[in-house]
Formats: sequence, structure tokens, C-alpha cells
Amino acid sequence: MNFNLSALRQQFPFFSAHPDWIYLDNAATLHKPQVVLDAMNLFYSQQNSNVHRSAHGLSQQATAAFEAARSTVAQFLNARFSHEIIWTSGTTAGFNQLVFGMMGPVLQPGDRVLISSMEHHANIVPWHIHALPFGVTLDRVPLTADHRFDLTAFEELLKLKPKVVSISHVSNALGHIQPVAEIVRLAKAAGAIVVLDGAQGIVWETVDVQALDVDFYLFSGHKLYGPTGIGVLYGKTKYLELLRPLLGGGEMIKTVCFSHSSWNDLPYRLEAGTPNMAGAIGLAAAILWLQQQDLTAMQQHKTALVQRFYAGCQQIPALELLSGPTTNAGIVALNLKNEHPADLATLLDQQKIAVRAGTHCAMPLFQALNVKGSVRFSFACYNSFDEVDRTLTALATAVELFAE
Amino acid sequence: MIRPDIFTETATALKTIYDNQLPQLRQLKDWQSKYRILMTLGKELPAFDSEWHRDEFLVQGCESKAWLLHYQDPVTNQHFWAFDSDARIVKGLIILLLVQLNGLKAEELAHAKPELLLSELQLQQNISQSRSNGLQAVLNKIKAVM
Repeated sequence: MNFNLSALRQQFPFFSAHPDWIYLDNAATLHKPQVVLDAMNLFYSQQNSNVHRSAHGLSQQATAAFEAARSTVAQFLNARFSHEIIWTSGTTAGFNQLVFGMMGPVLQPGDRVLISSMEHHANIVPWHIHALPFGVTLDRVPLTADHRFDLTAFEELLKLKPKVVSISHVSNALGHIQPVAEIVRLAKAAGAIVVLDGAQGIVWETVDVQALDVDFYLFSGHKLYGPTGIGVLYGKTKYLELLRPLLGGGEMIKTVCFSHSSWNDLPYRLEAGTPNMAGAIGLAAAILWLQQQDLTAMQQHKTALVQRFYAGCQQIPALELLSGPTTNAGIVALNLKNEHPADLATLLDQQKIAVRAGTHCAMPLFQALNVKGSVRFSFACYNSFDEVDRTLTALATAVELFAE
Repeated sequence: MIRPDIFTETATALKTIYDNQLPQLRQLKDWQSKYRILMTLGKELPAFDSEWHRDEFLVQGCESKAWLLHYQDPVTNQHFWAFDSDARIVKGLIILLLVQLNGLKAEELAHAKPELLLSELQLQQNISQSRSNGLQAVLNKIKAVM
């Protein structure tokens, strides 16, 4: 296989609707190929019925399509069992279930949890809500001087014997790829349960949860060319079985009497309410689409985009680059010296360059870096070198306006 | 302590901008020239004491930060403002609101439509709901004194 950018781009109808924009906010959400939209449209127009409940044949067809989607995800992650794939509404919802579910069965007062300095709020705030009041202590792996995960400090912190280690696969603010194989190996050797936040990592590389031996892995559909409102909480059976359900209601119960209910088996026990059926089917279509692409060529293309953009930024005076160009999944975060990132982003918006400015739901990272925030340029497989060059020109125009 | 002079000095600066830079902005067509002026408007304002960068003056809802001070003249009932922001464009936009609103009485504020100037200058996209710059929050806070 080879990489044909124009053929790839033509599969994304969004771009023909907005030919004058350059979309570099891909870490926020990706656009969807036509096959994903078609699969969802087919579900609603021809397959729609509620799953697992109704007695009729139409429901059985819908259930078959819905469970086939779960199998697609299980195969994609190389999970041992389909029931290890729990549908969520996204990574944030997955973390809320996971953290709530661990309190008691896994974590006791006095236990420690270890996260990193560059976690998204989804891997921080649920710990604040559910774990800290319960008497669990949260520790943090510091950054190295070049804003990477500090493995040496990590090894030291593992001596505190954290029960759970929860780390991002790829930093959403900087794009840096974390040394996840090493993190998992060291954490497991120290006896910890290991959670990886795959929201930004899953689109970068194929994840084999068994080879990696990770205990939990979470991601969102919309950051994998799929729809919004669907996500995955993967967990090893033995750990998923420990989790207390966060949400109670339909489908997650076995029996209910007035004073007591007993819970259903995995995966349904953790999936209360009518699930996002079209979302699951759309996500499976996105995965099947992705598996038909040349993933190595996609990675190489994204790396080339980042390196070209990074080199161009180095030619613009007064830009301060927070990301490094290597071991990077497609993000360049930067600031204009002494200026607010929101101002720079506004001047790019005027030139129809879509970027994000601010703290990117990772405020503790920016506190550690001692900057107000950053402007984040995030690249996807469908971006072109021409877009990189036009963005650099727009960036130079914006920077020049500050110089007055 | 809030130095009372800050309100008179801000009023003078806003008057200068209203007389000098606003007519220029109205004539300009290209976005670069407009934003170039917008980003320098803040330089006209009197120095805002860093001691006033306090949470009680901070306007909620801003990706960038804005601090807003208020004073009502007990004799004339006019409302006066002084402010600061850590982002240049937001600062310039707040100035464009305040050149219209500073010194108004409550009943005048009720009828003011400061967004119209931003539309005229084609800067209205900065005050839309989807913007995280907090300009709408600043405007709400000003109007909340009524």
C-alpha cells in the first residue's frame, strides 16, 4: 500500500464543505470518513430497534449489529474477550466509571494512586471527586527539562507502592508519546494496576492490550474518526469484575426487588440505560476503515507534517516551542513570547486556521511549565504539506502584527 | 485600596480613544490594520495596579483573564469602570465596549447596545456565544450593575 493524500482526503466530506479553512484542531476532534456516516445512517434508517430487550426479530438484528461492533473493537485492541469492551460515552465518562468503581473493591483509605504531570483533567478530576475524599493519596510523576515523562522519577515514586498507576498514552497538550511499554512493565513489577488514557494515543498506533499487558485502556470514538458520544473502557476481566457500577438502571441488573438488586454480567453490568447503538456501529465502521489504511504510511506522513511545521516555526522569531519534534504523535504547542495564546489564536482564526488556545484541559501541566497556556496545532493524516506552509505564512503574518 | 484616580484617568483615556482611534477603525477595511490598532489600544489606559489582579474583580468565563473595577458617582449616579486583561485583543475589545458605556447611568445602560459597534467594525465574531474570551461575560457584568 502507499499513501495517496488526495484520495484519502476525498473520503472526508467536511473538507468540501469548508474548502477555505485549514483544520489543525484534530486533537480536539477528528473529521469522519463517509463510510462512518453511511454506517450510522444505515443503522437509523434500516436497523434501528432497541438492543437486548425486545422479543421481536428486528431487535435481534439490531443487537447482532451492536454486538458485532463490540467484537470489532475487541479484535482491534486484541482483547481476550468481547465482554472486556465496555461502551462509554467517551474517555471522560470511562474514567468516571473506572475511578468510582475502584473505590472500595480496589482502593482503600491510605492507598496511593500515581498519575503524571501532563494528564488531561479526565484523568485528574475523577480522582479528586471520588478518591481524595475517600482517603486515597494522589502522587504525580514530574516532567523532564524537555517536557517528557521522567522515567527515573517514576521508578522512585513506584517505591511508594501505588495501587494504581494511571498515565496518558500520548500527551493531549504536547503530543509527546509516553514510553508506555516501559511504564507498564515497571508499574506491574511494582505490583500496581495500570491504566492508560488512550484518547490521543489510539489514533497514533495500534494497541495490543495483551502484548502491552495493560489492565485498563480508555479512548473516545470521535478522536478515532468515529462519532461523538461513544467511547471504550477496556479492562481485563478480573479487574472489570471488581468495579462497582457508577450508573444504575436498565440492562445493568439481573433482578430487582424493592429493597435489593443484583447486577448483570459483564459487559452489561457497567452499561446502564439504552446504549449509543448508532455510535458503537459508527465507531466500528471507523475502525474497519482505519484497518484498511496503511497505518505506517499514515504515521510517517504525520511525523513529516510535524517536522516541517516545527522547522518552519524555528524560523519565526520569538516563538517558544513547548513540544519536541520527535516521539510526537502530531501536536505542536507553542507560544509567542510575552503574549497571550488567545491573541495569537484569534489572529490565526482571522486567516481561517482552526487551532485551539488555552490550557487544553491540562491546567496542572501549564502550572508546571509556568506559562498561561499555549496555541496547539494538531495534525491528522488528511492534512497536507501545503496546509503546513500556508499555516506558517499565516503564523508569520500574525506574529508581525504583534511587533507594532 | 482602589486609587479613585484610576476611574477619572480611565475615562480620559477612553475619551481619547473615542476621538482618535475609533474614527480610524471605522475607516479601515482590512483585518490586519484593524487588529493592529485593536492590539495597541490598551497602551492608552492608565497603569492597572497588579494588586488589583484579585479574584474578587476577576470576570468568570474567560480563557484569558479580565479584571473589572466599578465606581458609581453618588451625586450623578453615573457608573465608571477601570479594567485590565492579560490578552491584548480582549483588552482592545473591552475598550470598544467601554468607550460607549463608561459614565452611563443605569437607565442609559439598560438601552445601550454596544454590540452594534463591534458589528459595524466587523469584530462581532469575538462576542459570540462560542467564544471563550469572556467578552460576553464582561458585558454581562457591566450590565449587572443596573
